[in-house]
Amino acid sequence: MSLREGEAGAHVPDPSERDPDASGGSGGSGAPADSGGSAVPGGSGGSGGPGGPGGVVGPGSSAGSGGFGVGTLLRLVSGQQGSAARGRGPDGKPALPRFAEAAREALADAGARHDLAESAGLARDRLAAATGEPSDWEELRAAGAAIRDRALLDLGAHLEAFERAVTDAGGTVHWARTASDARRIVASLVREGGEVAVADGPVLREVRLADALAEQGISACDAGGPEGRDRVRAARVAVTGADFLVADSGTVVLLEADGAARACLTLAEKLVCVAGMDRAVPDWTDLEVLLQLLPRAAGGQRLSPQVSAWTGVVPGDGPSEVHVVLVDNGRTRILGDDVGREALRCIGCGACSAVCPVYERVGDHPYDPRGTGPSGPIGAVWTPLARGVDRAQTASLPFASTLCGACAEVCPVKIDIPGLLVHLRGEVVDARRNRPVPTPELAVMRGLAWTMADARRFEAAVGRGSRWARLVARGGRIRRLPGLLGRWTEARDLAAPPAESFRVWWRRREAARRRLR
Amino acid sequence: MRVALFVACVDDAMFPGTGRAVTSLLERLGHEVVFPAGQTCCGQLHWTTGYRREAAGLARRFTGVFADAGTIVTPSASCAAAVRSSYRSMARAADDPDLERAAAGLEVYELTEFLVDVLGVTDVGARFPHRVAYQPTCHASRALGVGDRPLRLLRAVKGLDLVELPAAGECCGFGGAFAVKNADVSVAMVADKVRHVRDTGADVLCALDNACLAHIGGALSRLRAGVRVAHLAEILASTGEGA
Ligand code: SF4
Repeated sequence: MSLREGEAGAHVPDPSERDPDASGGSGGSGAPADSGGSAVPGGSGGSGGPGGPGGVVGPGSSAGSGGFGVGTLLRLVSGQQGSAARGRGPDGKPALPRFAEAAREALADAGARHDLAESAGLARDRLAAATGEPSDWEELRAAGAAIRDRALLDLGAHLEAFERAVTDAGGTVHWARTASDARRIVASLVREGGEVAVADGPVLREVRLADALAEQGISACDAGGPEGRDRVRAARVAVTGADFLVADSGTVVLLEADGAARACLTLAEKLVCVAGMDRAVPDWTDLEVLLQLLPRAAGGQRLSPQVSAWTGVVPGDGPSEVHVVLVDNGRTRILGDDVGREALRCIGCGACSAVCPVYERVGDHPYDPRGTGPSGPIGAVWTPLARGVDRAQTASLPFASTLCGACAEVCPVKIDIPGLLVHLRGEVVDARRNRPVPTPELAVMRGLAWTMADARRFEAAVGRGSRWARLVARGGRIRRLPGLLGRWTEARDLAAPPAESFRVWWRRREAARRRLR
Repeated sequence: MRVALFVACVDDAMFPGTGRAVTSLLERLGHEVVFPAGQTCCGQLHWTTGYRREAAGLARRFTGVFADAGTIVTPSASCAAAVRSSYRSMARAADDPDLERAAAGLEVYELTEFLVDVLGVTDVGARFPHRVAYQPTCHASRALGVGDRPLRLLRAVKGLDLVELPAAGECCGFGGAFAVKNADVSVAMVADKVRHVRDTGADVLCALDNACLAHIGGALSRLRAGVRVAHLAEILASTGEGA
């Protein structure tokens, strides 16, 4: 199989969800049944979040707008908390809101905000301790980045090698182009059993395995906890995710804390491992570096409490049937983006989310209201790369960041997330350039660039702008601006511009000096 | 030495005091300051908002205006970072090797880098009798890596009481277009920043980026918090009671 073939993760966009930047509408209703989801957990990976958007007006917010007013600012600064009513769309269906809309709703949930802030603080402390400890952490990161790049450069070959090794070891590899392919394959493998033990993981949430099993009337039980082992024995069939795939030996590697995966690997009769196909590594030497990086970045641990590795079928030991489902679901599409492919280095540690000031305030939900994709900074690049930017929700994600760079600073495989966000912003803007009617933003930005292309033009514009701005200022402050900029003055004043710009002052000074000479 | 001053477009129009402060500071230290008149904008806003074509045009313009300028100094940390690192990405995105070469040939310093690294001074002879907190803005600390240079300069200012800002390294929530596109999150972030600033009891908050200061200062002003914001250059230029 060639990775460049076909268009994995392609989907037919729901017209109602088309990027509404020009129309100003929100996302459409009704999530498409299937489209390129993605793996990789960002943070805890929980999908918890409210349903549809709409109808949220927090106490203290400016009347009717549902946004933040000075009351909200005061309340936030004083540490007071409010509560919020929340609702679903008028048709009762969950919609796919753009990031800013979903974020507004998440922000209004003061309880969740508090919890997020608290857990972010703890996660940051743990992360700082664990990554500050080894003196060679920076070298490890550089090695991790190089290892992942090398693996991705030849991903097709590694996956083929993996398939051969698994087959030689008595197992079977299945290729799933989309999430629904993966669901279908897994459902067909477990149907006979009627019951299945599951060691949950990000890739299983990505392909919405639970839904598939429920649809088939298959009862799923959790393979974790003290009763997990008995459940796995009783179910006989087990499904797990996978953290890494070692190509040359055909080994599936799982890192975990609760023992669910281990129970599945050792006690099931039929084992089904679902893996993102980006997680292949050529050999064990490369894996060793990643096994040092991942636990420290993920939970601030030196080593993963349990590392399980399983290769094919071993007579008389463990499962007598082993299946590995390799999920594409947009990964080939990411690989095809020369700049964006760096995102595939991701090893799913969640460190970027742990340090992200935006994620800290809004949680998982706004990044992917369906709860299948990664959240946090990596989600903001992964999802638009995997699904494209022609829908409002995915097109909004690259803008869901201040580009503060905290994520890139901690990423164990040195993904330049801010750089990828800027790249994707460019993709979003370029996609909009071809519209018959330019978006207001495009018109403004073009006008600005034209103004800046000439110093005299710029000076004249500054003069006009500041004369106007001083007219609307009161006591040296502007408290309300029209149009797009009104979002600035909802909670922030703007200092009135001075009567004299720097360059005018400079010229005046030069002239005075010349007269003195 | 002779220094070409680069004043960010926002600073030129909205905060001319910063450019004046850099001028008087460098002249006080015995250097000659020139202001290449053709300069406008480095293209950062266009670049970070996704308008790569326009950004590349402005970057080409910038490299032309400053081509023979020698040492370039700017008080805007984020613009310094844009020229020093984003220009390369812009050139690659535009498939413009000439731009990449021209950008690599520019010698741009953010003010505190220039003072500490090139001039080798930390005591610039300033006097500023106020309680001051310093916000290490994201571009200054992460994109540029100015480290403790601003703090070393501030510690040498006479009469200045430097107070530590809690959670200083956390982004204030400005982020250029983010402040408008994701206004709610932006405001939630600045609310926390403002709370930390007020906790310090400082009368002045300083930084190396006026845009971030306008954001934090705008929230402080709305709340009538009684804390004002000032670019670090204005503190370093000050020799008297106020700034
Ligand atoms: S920090 Fe890096 S490896 Fe970890 S989840 Fe984020 S992008 Fe992936």
